[in-house]
Amino acid sequence: MSSERKLMSGNEAVALGAKHAGCALGVGYPGTPSTEILENYSKLEDCKAQWSPNEKVALEVGIGVAFAGTRTLVTMKHVGVNVAADPLFTVAYTGVTGGMVLAVADDPGMASSQNEQDSRNYARAAGVPMLEPADSQEAYEMTKLAFEISERWNQPVILRLCTRVCHSKTIVVPSDSKDVPPANYVRDIKERVMIPAYARPAHKKLRAKLADMENWNCTEGPNPIIGNGSRLGIIANGVAALHAQEAAPDAKVLKLGMVYPLPMKAILEFIDSVDDCLIVEEGDPFIQTEVQAAGGKVRPRMERYRYGELNVPRVKRIVDGDDSEEAAPPRGKPPQLCDGCPHRASFQLLKNIGCTITGDIGCYTLSVLPPFETMDTCICMGGSIGIGLGMRHVLPEDQARKVVSVIGDGTFMHSGLTGVAEMVYNRPKYGHVIVILDNGTTAMTGLQEHPGTGKSLTHIPTGKTVSLETTCEAMGVDNVVILDPSRETEAFEQAVKDAMASDDLTVIIARRPCILAVVRDAKFERGETVR
Amino acid sequence: MSEVTNVKFAGLGGQGILTCTDILGRVVFDLGNDVKKAEVHGMSQRGGSITSDLRFGEKVLSPMISAGQADYLIVLGEDQIEPNQHFLKDGGILVKPSDFDAGKLTNKRTLNVALLGALSKHMDFSVEQWMGAIRGQFPERLLEVNEKAFMTGRGELAE
Repeated sequence: MSSERKLMSGNEAVALGAKHAGCALGVGYPGTPSTEILENYSKLEDCKAQWSPNEKVALEVGIGVAFAGTRTLVTMKHVGVNVAADPLFTVAYTGVTGGMVLAVADDPGMASSQNEQDSRNYARAAGVPMLEPADSQEAYEMTKLAFEISERWNQPVILRLCTRVCHSKTIVVPSDSKDVPPANYVRDIKERVMIPAYARPAHKKLRAKLADMENWNCTEGPNPIIGNGSRLGIIANGVAALHAQEAAPDAKVLKLGMVYPLPMKAILEFIDSVDDCLIVEEGDPFIQTEVQAAGGKVRPRMERYRYGELNVPRVKRIVDGDDSEEAAPPRGKPPQLCDGCPHRASFQLLKNIGCTITGDIGCYTLSVLPPFETMDTCICMGGSIGIGLGMRHVLPEDQARKVVSVIGDGTFMHSGLTGVAEMVYNRPKYGHVIVILDNGTTAMTGLQEHPGTGKSLTHIPTGKTVSLETTCEAMGVDNVVILDPSRETEAFEQAVKDAMASDDLTVIIARRPCILAVVRDAKFERGETVR
Repeated sequence: MSEVTNVKFAGLGGQGILTCTDILGRVVFDLGNDVKKAEVHGMSQRGGSITSDLRFGEKVLSPMISAGQADYLIVLGEDQIEPNQHFLKDGGILVKPSDFDAGKLTNKRTLNVALLGALSKHMDFSVEQWMGAIRGQFPERLLEVNEKAFMTGRGELAE
């Protein structure tokens, strides 16, 4: 037993892997299950990490670091990649100088997300290589490997994680460590400025690099074959490969660690080496589609296994070809707003008034559940404002006046600002009302800071706070009202009713701190360890 | 495949499920086992149901415990038995708050550690091994109350 062995979560392992790969800066936006990567990274010696206002900005900061010749780790959850997709698709063309690793955490089964999109589709769509660990040891090693691949081919690399890798603790034995390379800018405008004339050759260069990577992945990629039977073969990736090994101990398993570009030649050889072959993958039939397109003879995918997480019993069913109805797991108690949460007073009020609430993403989304059931829509970060405006534009007056956009302070900083610009620019006839539930933190993901709290990722004051009220006033909102939703309920009710009745553009800031953040901040002030 | 022991914890967010799983994780990790601990947290921390799986043995593959596979099920509330009982194997052991005199706990937030004390009676680890893990888990000022809670759950609290 090595004295170096540690029990770590996948997120801790990615953080340590990035440190040992010589990463200069960690950037990201919080999102379950990815959040703890940067929080852990920031606690390691000499490791600097910061939250950006949203994932797009985080990725852009990361691109800047990598263009400047040193290494960066960028973190976000799967839906964050939608926000960051614009820079992602083009940094694939430019490539990078220093190593750039984008750690993306998928949430199959949606433990804490609004959809279960499969990030592997982004790897293929953008042409970005992707590694996928199955446990913490692999998360550690593949983070380091991702930096190596990134610098060998000068391409960004995605590290795809999932809830069961991020939040499971398994044993890690760390290995050697590299120094952070010094940043040094070297001008190369044809490689860095993607006007059409320079982007056309860049696209061809990208495809040539991907072909080269595929060859490397076939011979040297992190794709071990486990077992040696010749009857049943299973091709699997990530944590699904572990379920497969347990569900079918006699099968030979090709465990794919680099899922894009797929090592197709190696996969086809594996299929030829067994009598019967099937693919076990969580989420979309990604490997399945590619293998079938390449002529690989594998069992067809059963559509029901696209949904939710896989586990050992479900993989046994897949191996057995069992396509019968699955029993629904017993339901536990749903989550709810904390006792004493200031959002409770806000939603009770909005429910009493009878508003149509275009909602947003945060703890307050829980108001859709009993006893409140006071949210009409929820799509994406910042979506409350645009969706509310769209409804206001077309609904008859009596319905239009009821529409209120409700958004949290963290989500407002993430992507509410452009919604306010839209509201001021394309003003609905009967005005609009935005309620910002300002609890002074990014509560849902575990109390992270953001520009509006004026504190860094490690809770240190930055010296400047991006003010919700002065920002809204400066953007041209007619009325900005600030009140305490728990203490000033009558004034709150009057403010909402007045705003709904008028044709003005009103932002009501319901300001009262998250009760969990108050406790956390007090601990921090006492010098205790906080996340 | 070698023998794997499966321990499932169930409760509500905020009850200390993850902490008590971590403590058992430390005990079995320190003994040189392969260990995997899986949990889902995030949105469900707001008072909703959460479970945490701990698997250990010579070699552990999947991090998740399947239905009918748990050697031990530890619930922090009796209302968690029904939704999780199907995880327990035939002859598996259920550990619940009514197994000991929870009224003796000086701080009801230590129920999670008291349940570990109740669990410890069914496992082969020494009290010193458990206490070592508890000392690794909590800051100094919370040690005494948790050590007492453990012994209360074990039914061996010195009066």
